[in-house]
Amino acid sequence: MLWLALHFSSLSLEVFTRGAPEPGPLAVVEKQGGRTRVVACNTAAAACGVCAGMAASAAQALADGLVLCRRDPVAEQASLDGLAVWAGRFTPSVSLAPPAGLLLEIGACLNLHRGLGNLLKQARNGLDAMGHAAAMACAPSSHGAWLLAKAGIAKAIRDPARLEQVLAALPVALLEQTPRVLEGLERVGAETLGDCLRLPRAGMARRFGQALADELDRALGRQPEARAFFEPPARFERALELPAPVHAAEALLFAVRRLLPELEGFLVLRQAGVQELELVCRHERRDPTRVTLGFVKPVRDAGRMQLLLRETLGHTRLPAAVHAIVLRAPRVLPLAGANVDLFLTKSREADGDLLLERLRIRLGRDAVHGIATVAEHRPERAWCTAQGSKRVAVANRHRPLWLLPTPLPCRDGRIKLKSGPERIESGWWDGGDIARDYYVAEDRDGAQLWVYCERANGEWYVHGVFA
Amino acid sequence: MNPSLESVLQHPGIWRGDRRAQTAVDALPSGFSALDELLPGGGWPRGALTEVLLARQGIGELRLLTPALARLPEADGWLAWVAPPYVPHAAALAAAGIDLARVLVAKPATDIDAWWTTEQALRSGACGALLAWLRAADERRMRRLQLAAETGQAWGVLFRHARAAQERSPAALRLLLAPVADGLAVHVLKRRGGPVSRPLVVALPPTGAARLARCPAPVLALAHS
Repeated sequence: MLWLALHFSSLSLEVFTRGAPEPGPLAVVEKQGGRTRVVACNTAAAACGVCAGMAASAAQALADGLVLCRRDPVAEQASLDGLAVWAGRFTPSVSLAPPAGLLLEIGACLNLHRGLGNLLKQARNGLDAMGHAAAMACAPSSHGAWLLAKAGIAKAIRDPARLEQVLAALPVALLEQTPRVLEGLERVGAETLGDCLRLPRAGMARRFGQALADELDRALGRQPEARAFFEPPARFERALELPAPVHAAEALLFAVRRLLPELEGFLVLRQAGVQELELVCRHERRDPTRVTLGFVKPVRDAGRMQLLLRETLGHTRLPAAVHAIVLRAPRVLPLAGANVDLFLTKSREADGDLLLERLRIRLGRDAVHGIATVAEHRPERAWCTAQGSKRVAVANRHRPLWLLPTPLPCRDGRIKLKSGPERIESGWWDGGDIARDYYVAEDRDGAQLWVYCERANGEWYVHGVFA
Repeated sequence: MNPSLESVLQHPGIWRGDRRAQTAVDALPSGFSALDELLPGGGWPRGALTEVLLARQGIGELRLLTPALARLPEADGWLAWVAPPYVPHAAALAAAGIDLARVLVAKPATDIDAWWTTEQALRSGACGALLAWLRAADERRMRRLQLAAETGQAWGVLFRHARAAQERSPAALRLLLAPVADGLAVHVLKRRGGPVSRPLVVALPPTGAARLARCPAPVLALAHS
């Protein structure tokens, strides 16, 4: 077993700030004992001298234009759930460590991610993309890894003996014990975990309770741990508050990008893809704007979604400023994982789908289509628009390559009939009946036309061009 | 000839003015051997723009291209048709050997959208061949298309009016087509390599019904044969 612990020390702040590239000074405040105090602030606020523990009024006096946000435990929990969903891309065994931690069992999936180093790099890149910062640590026991992450020791330890060495140096304040126990430990002069381990075990258990001995055992991996694993939700819906109202649709892309890794992790975990995405932009005192995004086939790749979102948002007009966005996947479709190509050749098929989607966004859904044949004698009904039709085409070498959308009356008498006639009489059963004699003709300029004589009235029409 | 000079002349970077370029162009056989001999690399150029100039539609310009379109390997992706003047008829395309599942028709509403579509499709690398009927061409737009075709390694074919023959163009190959009996006179206006002085007559496969004209009485009023 190998556990990766992620500790999100500034989660309460990131809930508010990650929706914008460079938010202005912002501080998160919480009521503590009747006074409102700053619990976290971003770098812009820290540069003005704001720091955690300061009274809200004092912080406001220090930083001009400081935005104060009341701490939102519900949003933090939602963010943590979102992170757990994202972590599903690495391993199915994800465990929550509320309020701000995740524990991932990665021992079984190292090969899949081509080694620990690569996995950690991917995790760090993913967190960056989502706008989260985490302290990461690996250890053979989940609690050991968690203590290391909380202490900010970014180490990957795989040997239990080495884990004991490193843990021994950690302060006892990291332990999840009651203040009474921690005070007691301080009184007996035990400052580090190593000091605790050196205490006589039976006496320690009698004096501080079995819980402390158990926690130390769990940290060292001497006692099995029972962790409940996170169960991903059945649907994907994530909201993100923006630190400042956004007026231009393009600027929303940054915020949406923060949510896409979560969606990708969710889809990996469910072995699924989405064919439709919905982005809800919330306005103040106004109905929300809905932007929908359609794909040719179910997709899972966040990069591809981002590309199409950029194009869609480029064509979207917002009626008012947006203060929050919600990304929603209304329907999740099964999608098998992609095989990695042995020769790493570029996939033209994926490029083709992407091109089709991009053209459809700009030109409209009906302006881009494929074609297919229909087993039908009437030429205008012998074809249809289709996409990816697997039907066997009905070939007819007596037909022109160009068909006129509607037959044109042929008033020019100087065309020369070359071959024919081919009589087409069909369609009496559906009201679109025709009775025509078709000929190949050549006009003055040498163009080959497909003309017909309407048998009912003897009128001549041009219906196609042999280009 | 001096053997060392011979070996120098074999180098692909050396171009001799008296013959078509023997460059390492990726070419697509046109299906007409006489035409292939005129074209650099022995076929339609891939990763470049081909301009087809004609006085009017329907003289056989598509039949000149369909053998190559039918041969384009499936791995090359879409056969895109941008802003076609009429409806490409599915049964005739299938008869020409073209895989309909790979045909993509785009009908942009405006000229700007049509140029954008053409450029994006050429650049994407997802199109093996692209046929486009565009209006309001200028050199800057054409150059963008030529670069896009190079990027996406696509065979881009632009149909333009014969009037444009006198204009400058960055296309790698420019052909002027004129109808002759049972075929097309192909005049190579520009190619990589030396110029071609005389037009080539390409015999096209006959169109329409194989039955010969035996015009019945009622149509004699129309036919001035």
